[in-house]
Amino acid sequence: MEGTTTRIESKESRRNPGQLAILVLSYVGLILLTIVFVAPLLWMLSTSFKTNLEATQLPPSWIPENFTTEAYSTIFKTGESQTPVLRWFFNSIVAASAQTVLVLVTASMAAYALARMNFPGRNVLFAVIITTLFIPQFVFLMPNYLIVDMFGWLDTLLAVIVPGAAGAFGVFFLRQFFVSMPHELEEAALVDGANRFQIFLRIILPLSKAPLATLAVLSFLVNWNDFLWPVYVLFSPENLTLPPGLSILQNAYSTDYAVVMAGGVVASIPVLIVFILAQKYVIQGVSRSGLKG
Amino acid sequence: MTALAESARRKRSPRPSDPGKSGMIGQGRTTPYLFSLPTILVVAAVLAFPVIYGVWESLYRPEILGAPEEWVGLQNYIDLLTPGSVTFEPFWQSMEATGKFTLYSVPLLVVIPLLVALILNQEFLGRNFFRTMYFAPYVLGVAVIGILWRYLLDTNVGLVNYYLGQLGLPDNIPWTNELPWGWVALVGPTVWWTLGFNTVIYLAGLQDIDPALYDAAKVDGANRWRRFLHVTLPGLRPILLFVITVTILASANVFGQAYLITEGAPGDETQTAIMYIAEEGLRNFKMGSAAAMSYVLALFLAVISVVNFVLFRYRED
Repeated sequence: MEGTTTRIESKESRRNPGQLAILVLSYVGLILLTIVFVAPLLWMLSTSFKTNLEATQLPPSWIPENFTTEAYSTIFKTGESQTPVLRWFFNSIVAASAQTVLVLVTASMAAYALARMNFPGRNVLFAVIITTLFIPQFVFLMPNYLIVDMFGWLDTLLAVIVPGAAGAFGVFFLRQFFVSMPHELEEAALVDGANRFQIFLRIILPLSKAPLATLAVLSFLVNWNDFLWPVYVLFSPENLTLPPGLSILQNAYSTDYAVVMAGGVVASIPVLIVFILAQKYVIQGVSRSGLKG
Repeated sequence: MTALAESARRKRSPRPSDPGKSGMIGQGRTTPYLFSLPTILVVAAVLAFPVIYGVWESLYRPEILGAPEEWVGLQNYIDLLTPGSVTFEPFWQSMEATGKFTLYSVPLLVVIPLLVALILNQEFLGRNFFRTMYFAPYVLGVAVIGILWRYLLDTNVGLVNYYLGQLGLPDNIPWTNELPWGWVALVGPTVWWTLGFNTVIYLAGLQDIDPALYDAAKVDGANRWRRFLHVTLPGLRPILLFVITVTILASANVFGQAYLITEGAPGDETQTAIMYIAEEGLRNFKMGSAAAMSYVLALFLAVISVVNFVLFRYRED
């Protein structure tokens, strides 16, 4: 991506004053914008290490004057609690990981069939899958609720794992990649007597690490952050994931901002770590979804 | 959603290589179906069946106070169109709230990220760093965004009012419980949250524009502004269509911000359509009427998307 930047600016190695002014202005603007984007996150982190008193004091202190982990002790305290944040954290990890694994399995298998095999009904199947991409998610709210209820999954993690375990996006995303792989790869293996499943496992998947990683990261983020659905299908304090949990935490500690921000930090750290480590995949995934699929 | 641009694009470009001649050898007749089975099962169970089931459900009145579920035909839809019915007023008010939110947020989310992307598309030190910083809020969930901004926008102890006061502006604005401030409290954080997403999409689009076009325009004596007008914008047209469509759809889905920041206040003025539908169906269990509402909203979005698409298509010809 970086290689194809427009080189209008740099082609003439000596910039004229007008261009220099634009560059300086751009930097000033960009740095201001960076502050706008980063400051609220730093504020959340800073507040989580304050006493409740300091969290509501003005003028604000960007660095805690009385550094304390009190807020974290409050949300991590064990035993009976209406806001077991650690438990939510664990639930979120389980749900997001399980769904990610399922998405990878279902999407890669279907994408392989759709991309590399000819079979009656293939186009219909592909059309149905694509169509579901165009149906807004909220249309599924009522019926999926009834279905999840029917299976007895309400108020269990299954309710937030299964409904998103296969989806058009993943199939679509991987199919694009599989379609472009050379056929010689498979032909050679077929001649050697490998069956389709062996080819899939030993040739296709190992060659698809980058798109699989992208899909995995995106799936994890989406599930980890999902808010509306878990708000309505999970009820018991011990069964919540973090996003609906934060909403409960906000209501329970409406005036104790240090505690609420500590909850926010706990919910943010894993995704920020994933983002920092897998930044390339996240950004590529997003820009490819808009462009190359 | 994200496949919109892809499918739009694909109509124009040659079909990707057809899954090949090798497709038929070395596989049993059932193999492809076995591979597709997991997806078929889940898609059928949680995607295709629900849509149909939902339509069915919208024709029912759920059991209330012991009275059993009852087939009511199109009554749920008729109610939505009948002034004075139980659902008419709150539903259309929530639709209006969603409409306003969309109207206020979409222009900002189409224009600002484009400006940011144009700046980031130049070659200078640290551009990837800035891109990362702007994108960072997007990886957080709406729950974190909601609780964080509720705090920042707190009338008495929030940073926003504090710094406004430092600038000599009013420092007691009731962001979360009075209008028009409530809209700012929903739109502002949303722009902050999702700006990076649109910026990254624009950046990818900008990098797809052939640099030779810029050079040619320069030779013709086009200045910066003319190059933007005659090279950049036309080159970005499919991306613009994509960004506008996806942003409208995302805005129409607004839920978490209103749920956490304004809680629908004042009154139900900022209660969005999704909020009302979810509360009505999943809290008060009036699923039939909630399902009917979700189809009405979906119809609106479908019309908007088609109009959008047609507008862009015509301008292209």
